[in-house]
Amino acid sequence: MSKSPGFFSAESNRKRRAAANGVMVTLTYVAAAVATLPLIFILFHLIKLGATSINPDFFIRMPQPVGEAGGGMANAIVGTLILISIAAAMGLPIGIGAGLYLADRKGSRLANVVRFLSDVMNGLPSIVMGIFAWELLVVPIGHFSALAGGVALGAMMIPLVTRTTEEMIATVPNTLREAALALGYQKWRTSLGVVLRTAMPGIVTGALVAVARVAGETAPLLFTAFGNHFWSTSLDKPIAALPLQIFTYAISPYDEWHSLAWAGALVLIAMVLVISIAARYVTRSRYGVAAD
Amino acid sequence: MTGGSSALDAGAAGGLSEVPPGPPPESRLANALAASHVGDRAYTVVTTAFAAFVPLLLILIGVAIIVAAWPAISTFGLGFITSSEWDVRAGKFGAAPALFGTIVSSIIALALATPFALGSAIFLSEFAPNWLKQPVGFLVDLLAAIPSVVYGLWGIFVLVPLLREHVMPFFRDTLHLGSTPFFSGPAYGPSMLAAGVLLAVMVLPYISAVSREVLRAVPRAQREAALALGATKWEMIRDAVIPAAKSGIVGGIILGLGRALGETMAVTMVIGNRPEISASLLAPGYSMASLIANEFSEATNDMHVAALMAVGALLFLITIVVNAIARWLVWSVSMKGEK
Repeated sequence: MSKSPGFFSAESNRKRRAAANGVMVTLTYVAAAVATLPLIFILFHLIKLGATSINPDFFIRMPQPVGEAGGGMANAIVGTLILISIAAAMGLPIGIGAGLYLADRKGSRLANVVRFLSDVMNGLPSIVMGIFAWELLVVPIGHFSALAGGVALGAMMIPLVTRTTEEMIATVPNTLREAALALGYQKWRTSLGVVLRTAMPGIVTGALVAVARVAGETAPLLFTAFGNHFWSTSLDKPIAALPLQIFTYAISPYDEWHSLAWAGALVLIAMVLVISIAARYVTRSRYGVAAD
Repeated sequence: MTGGSSALDAGAAGGLSEVPPGPPPESRLANALAASHVGDRAYTVVTTAFAAFVPLLLILIGVAIIVAAWPAISTFGLGFITSSEWDVRAGKFGAAPALFGTIVSSIIALALATPFALGSAIFLSEFAPNWLKQPVGFLVDLLAAIPSVVYGLWGIFVLVPLLREHVMPFFRDTLHLGSTPFFSGPAYGPSMLAAGVLLAVMVLPYISAVSREVLRAVPRAQREAALALGATKWEMIRDAVIPAAKSGIVGGIILGLGRALGETMAVTMVIGNRPEISASLLAPGYSMASLIANEFSEATNDMHVAALMAVGALLFLITIVVNAIARWLVWSVSMKGEK
């Protein structure tokens, strides 16, 4: 009875509703446009302020002391690659194995617990992973190390890879699994040889996304890899990393270090975006746009 | 098939080619079963062990942090959370300013990000033409791929100057909000406001992605029913789609909250790092994560390190609870959608 006909004729009511519709629909368009702006701004500034410092020296030379022109981040780039490798060596097998379990035993109690905790762990602050690796590998040994940094990043990858592996395996048609079993394949060979192989492009995507995510992590490395101004590839010693170096340079008071920070950020983001876009491409070409 | 050695042939040959002249069928079956038991059992043991490692890892993380924080927890007890005095020289450690800064910056972030995240999610799930869906969704999602330290760099050199020179004077002087406690005091630049705005950009993709997912889980029939009753598109969304997706959207927002609470580098670079509680958004502050990141490398005495770890333990507990609630809400919606 709230809409009494005396106050609003059917016609004005219709107009009012149409107007409200127009306003709200337009607002969602605006919201979407605004939501894309930050990325465009950030990329614009990165290119504008970072591109001038990018040259071959940046990739092959060591950092110079303050006041000396030039210099690069060769040690940080190599350090990041080493850290990512350790993380992947730890995170991928465990993550994929756990993902296989989740897909095989969808409804079991352990599967439900693991699925839930993986999601919870994906939301844990990365700095917490750093504290964990610090307590586990830095405190007992007595010094910072590349290994501790890699373990912190690897621990971050595990829940991420677990969930994407499970999701990708879920896209494999069950008939394929049944066909393999009907042909006399054992369960483990069906899982590894047929199901996992079919889901491989998706799992590679998940792995790439996880790598891209940890590649840019800084906070856990403060406690573990620590950074290093010199060349080091030893797993037992502190090691430089691109994100750490960007942080150090960004909060320094020197202009030339600021431009190196921008250049480093541009390189880092190029790495991350190339990996992310490659990851999208791998899944898209396989499952088509319709999957979205 | 002259070569006759494709992978499938080779695989099948082991089991099938020996069939005709072999031992009696019963024992062959028994052998095959025994063999499959070994392979299957090994496979089950290994994948179960990897799966069980996930909860184990979470327990290990919790234990490691509490062990590291124990000296501070046992010394200060609950007073650690309520005390606002953080004086390293005097050996007094209270986490209240950091806790306050974490909560305030996260609330600012959610208040700013939610309308845009939700609006863009509705746009993408309901209105966007197909050719726009992919690229716009991609651009929003990519925000989540930008490393925290890059946000921080952008924050220091682009966002903070912008806030200091234009936004802060606008609120304080043009809108005359300087007399209220929220916008009083000098505008240094690095501030609670800067942290909140930067965090808003960082959590937007998470809220948007989850909202999109749960909106998509709302059955089509529900939309069609609303339209068939004569609803406009907006009325359909307001009365038929959002109510069904509500708890999932709230879950997405809480998930964003979890991100904001634990975000470290970007916040460290723009919040100002001062352990004081101030009502003014223009004043510098501290967050729990930025406190740890900023002071860890300078912490020389054991109690200082332990106090930082206790802040970490607090952050760990808070984010676990927040994420568990968020996940539970999101799941409750997507489960409904699947049925």
